[in-house]
Amino acid sequence: MIKLFSNLSRKDLFIIIAVISLVVFSVFLDLRLPEYMSEITKLVQTEGSTMNEILTSGGHMILCAVGSLICTICVGYLTSLLSARFSRKIRRLIFEKVESFGITEIKKFSTSSLITRTTNDVTQIEGLLSMGVPLLVKAPVMAIWALLKIIGKSKELSLITAIGVVIIVVTNLTIISIVAPRFAKIQKLTDKLNGVTRESITGIRVIHAFNAEKHAEKRFNKVNEELTGIHLTITKTFALMDPIMNFVMHFQHLGIYVLGAILIINAGMMEKINIFSNMVVFSSYGMQVIMSFLMLTFIFMILPRAQVSSKRINEVLSSDISVKSGTFRGKTKDSGTVEFRDVSFKYPDADEYLLKHISFKVEKGETIAFIGSTGSGKSTLINLVPRLYDATEGEVYVDGVNVKEYDLKELNNRIGYIPQTAVMFTGTVEENVAYGDNGKKKPTLEKVKEAIKVAQGKKFIEDMEDSYKSHIARGGTNISGGQKQRLSIARAIARDPEIYIFDDSFSALDYQTDAKLRRELKKYTKDATSMIVAQRIGTIINADKIIVLDKGECVGMGTHKELLKSCEVYKEIALSQLSEEELNNA
Amino acid sequence: MPRDRAPEKVKDLKGTLLRLFKNLNKWRYMMIVAAILAMIAAMLSTIAPNKLADVTDVITEGLKPNTENIKKVSEKIYGNILINSAGKEYIILDFNDLPYEKKIELLDPITIDGVDISEDDQIKYISIASTMKEDEMSEDLLIKLDEMPNSIKKVIEPKLDMNELKYRAIILGIIYLLNSLFGLCEGLLMAYVGIGYSKNLRKGISKKINKLPLKYFDNHETGDVLSRVTNDVDTIGINMSDNITSLITNVTLFLGSIIMMFVTNWIMAFTAIAASIIGFIISFILLKKSQKYFVERQKQLGDLNGHIEEIFSGHNVVKAYNGEEEALKEFDRINNNLYNCNRKSQFLSGIMQPIMHFIGNFGYVAVCVVGSLLVMNNMTTFGTIVAFMIYVRLFTNPLSRIAQALTTMQSIAAAGERVFEFMDEEEVSDESHMKEKINKKKAIGNIEFKNVKFGYDENKTIIKDFSANVKAGQKIAIVGPTGAGKTTMVNLLMKFYEINDGDILIDGKSIKELSRENIHDLFIMVLQDTWLFEGTIRDNLKFNRSGVTDEKIWDICKTVGVDHFIKTLPGGLDSMVGDNDSISSGQKQLLTIARGMIEDEPFLILDEATSNVDTRTEELVQKAMDKLTVGRTSFIIAHRLSTIKNADLILVMNEGNIVEQGTHEELLKKNGFYSKLYNSQFQQ
Repeated sequence: MIKLFSNLSRKDLFIIIAVISLVVFSVFLDLRLPEYMSEITKLVQTEGSTMNEILTSGGHMILCAVGSLICTICVGYLTSLLSARFSRKIRRLIFEKVESFGITEIKKFSTSSLITRTTNDVTQIEGLLSMGVPLLVKAPVMAIWALLKIIGKSKELSLITAIGVVIIVVTNLTIISIVAPRFAKIQKLTDKLNGVTRESITGIRVIHAFNAEKHAEKRFNKVNEELTGIHLTITKTFALMDPIMNFVMHFQHLGIYVLGAILIINAGMMEKINIFSNMVVFSSYGMQVIMSFLMLTFIFMILPRAQVSSKRINEVLSSDISVKSGTFRGKTKDSGTVEFRDVSFKYPDADEYLLKHISFKVEKGETIAFIGSTGSGKSTLINLVPRLYDATEGEVYVDGVNVKEYDLKELNNRIGYIPQTAVMFTGTVEENVAYGDNGKKKPTLEKVKEAIKVAQGKKFIEDMEDSYKSHIARGGTNISGGQKQRLSIARAIARDPEIYIFDDSFSALDYQTDAKLRRELKKYTKDATSMIVAQRIGTIINADKIIVLDKGECVGMGTHKELLKSCEVYKEIALSQLSEEELNNA
Repeated sequence: MPRDRAPEKVKDLKGTLLRLFKNLNKWRYMMIVAAILAMIAAMLSTIAPNKLADVTDVITEGLKPNTENIKKVSEKIYGNILINSAGKEYIILDFNDLPYEKKIELLDPITIDGVDISEDDQIKYISIASTMKEDEMSEDLLIKLDEMPNSIKKVIEPKLDMNELKYRAIILGIIYLLNSLFGLCEGLLMAYVGIGYSKNLRKGISKKINKLPLKYFDNHETGDVLSRVTNDVDTIGINMSDNITSLITNVTLFLGSIIMMFVTNWIMAFTAIAASIIGFIISFILLKKSQKYFVERQKQLGDLNGHIEEIFSGHNVVKAYNGEEEALKEFDRINNNLYNCNRKSQFLSGIMQPIMHFIGNFGYVAVCVVGSLLVMNNMTTFGTIVAFMIYVRLFTNPLSRIAQALTTMQSIAAAGERVFEFMDEEEVSDESHMKEKINKKKAIGNIEFKNVKFGYDENKTIIKDFSANVKAGQKIAIVGPTGAGKTTMVNLLMKFYEINDGDILIDGKSIKELSRENIHDLFIMVLQDTWLFEGTIRDNLKFNRSGVTDEKIWDICKTVGVDHFIKTLPGGLDSMVGDNDSISSGQKQLLTIARGMIEDEPFLILDEATSNVDTRTEELVQKAMDKLTVGRTSFIIAHRLSTIKNADLILVMNEGNIVEQGTHEELLKKNGFYSKLYNSQFQQ
């Protein structure tokens, strides 16, 4: 928590100091109010007080109240400023940090967790700042101030106040200790409820097909019952809180009066008056003491949640970045070449290597393809080029320069990367295709049109209502998977890269579109180098070089024809998709 | 814990709230009891200050010296002096200056309230009393009283009526005790109501999910339904019970204090209300204003969430295309908007309480001033003022609570509206009246499509006029590029969607006359998305069927070829199937096939597994699927054309339509879409 708050700027600290002094002042004014109140009460009760006296005291009291109001409003303004500023800053810090992450880090946290960390967790901290800070300052100040007013005045009455405070603190702590662990459980059960409901929805066809509706409801009800049980315990416990607090406060008040009366009876005349005024002081300030302890326990209730959140935020902010940018920005003697020299890769915490001793070189204008079963490492291999991961051992060279030496921007300018699942951003078709920065000017509309045409998207885009200006919804939900994939490919084309990297980017396309797209692309980008990961033999059948991967090892390299003869694994894959006859015809 | 939810715009606030209350009918007795308890507790709270004032009165009464006795003492002493000095030559100018003997002469012993006061004591009294000034009372008197001789002290000392105090304190104690006790009972009752209510709402939603047509889920996101089940129901459940009691309590307090005020003194009642009204207008304006920012804040938060989600999940593209700066710029824009809304909404809502606090103080002073004016003109008494001071507090506090409760009501209504919207979705037609039934044991296995017309959208027919006759045991393949609508056929066969025109006959009986339950009973369905629920492998294979022995399960696992794999798992059949475990998608596919085979049914719908399975598992899956089709009328959605060449009928689909139908050879000869599709796998 403290670590996170070290992000407070000097201005923020200044605001905090201002808040503290304003709170102290407003507490001072607030505690003056009962004094004026009793003064007015006395004036009203005494026969012969003049209107003037009442007006003066009343005026003082209103002045105090106005002063306190102004202070509190200022505190409100400053804390809202502080919390909004701080949350904005933290959100930005997290966002910037995540942008600098590599895939390894993203996978470590998971995307959805990173999103909650940037939004929900920050909101928690924001809540702590805006509600907690004034409370955190006010409670002890009020407690101390009120204690000062009553301290040394009466042992007996102090004892009653102390008993009240102890009872309240103990009850609150008990309630918190009952409720807190259950809150954690509720979070888990809510996740579970979500899970069961999600299952019921995603499996709706299966459930209907098996007439298993009752079964699904039973599963849901089980979690629902469990959740309800815990909810009930928590709510019942909380229902105890208010009446107990009221009870303690009221009886403390009454206790002070009764005890005071007993003391008065046994005291001398002068003593009596003293005791009575003590009684009045105790009954109002004792209440303040209790109230401030109540506030403190309230902080204890929101603190743990904020603490968890700040821990989660810190985890992101202090996470090491595995892929660090180099500095090379200059000209290279080669262009369009990629070379792997004895590259091996494993995840930082894993024992087993995903890639073992891979070496190959692609020349300008060549097409190289990678094939293998799931988990053979082909996607990982291709991701090493744009440095989404870094090789554990060995080196990767682009245009003759080690990728680690490149300024990341410079490296990316040479590459057109198309991921497995197409990514669409909110905005127009044109904006999506012209996305990013390649060190040159933004692609013109003409260029965008051309790219879409090559990517076989011309027809469906021009069929859309606003053509190239059509809006793409968040996540690209208003176009189909195949359409997204084509736009994603057009995005790479519009970039004019030296090297295309297709990470299984054709799987969402049907055979026909797939074939046509690759034909057109080849025509359009004669000089560009292509690296293709594919599942379908048809997609890679004509590549200049095919690398067959099996469990991270290169088990074959060559053309389709060569591999059919020489590579068992390749043959097996090919046969699982096409018959022998079909393969020979190809 | 109360959720920090901004009030949302509600379309039909009154209707939704009424409906929410109507649904609470089940708990009406509990609620009535709780309401009565809350009202009594509130009334007790209105009485308590009066009773506390009584206790205070007894104590203050116990502080005042017995002035009557002081008068009596003075009268008697000075009366004696006057009588005894009669005829004496000296005039008593200053009694204290007289020699002791003379003093004694002038005094006689007196008795007041049975206490004898000796001459010596009287001398002391006179000497102390002479230092008192005319109008000097109270404190100085008290100090001097301490010096008085014991006998006089005894007579004029303040007497605290302990019996009276005991009596008053016990009454007040009982009031406090009952107040807390009633509050507690009411809180517990409402806990049952609130929690029970949300439980029922959830249950209703879960039931509803199974009654909705599949169309609903095609058009709505899962996350949306989920958020209705959790967030919205929670918002209702948690706030509803709190809010209702808060409203009851505070309305009672509010009305009670107004009535008490007007009964006591109408001028001062108006003063108190007028003084508060200004404040209420201010806070009402603030509330309105802050609401606007809260709505805006929620919207900005949503935007930010969307942007972050987009950038984080498209992280690889953002990086590879150097899009970081662009993303950060957009992020900063939204983040700044959010900052502004945050600041304003928090500020405005944060100053509500201090303002209400101030109104309380302001009302207090106003009442004092006006009250004193009235007292001076003899229009009221001091007691009234004191009572009003308490009423002002009782009056302002509940109003701010009521205002708060009303805002919460808005978010409850917003959540309620979303839940009801879901509950009101049109359900699948009722089929309980259908008498036709096909016994699956006796089913033959023929299916006939007769001029079937269908479109997801009424105006857009995608299956125009499809007819085919499928004989028992035949194999029908459905092929076509991705997104061609292959699942449409499944949807129609399983009666997930109703056909617009034409008919489908199973063993000569129209599916329009058969209940869904009956149709589902006839089909084994294995889908491409390998849906398994979180639970053991055994539970997943048994699913909703009872009386399935382990023996039978192992038998089928052997047939499918998944028995070896299950045996390698540490828990065997008891191993858990979850989201992130070691069971690969291919193995999951095998499990769903096994699940389908547990019960023998005459028809089969099979959606082939696609690319994400490695080649070796794929072969296993293929083999298992082949076994499934034996002896059943099967519909196979094919992704690999090589596997369906021997099908009895191939339906070729494109863009939702059935464009061609026939056997493999027939279709190749046609040289149409199918042959193009078939040949495209070999082209570059």
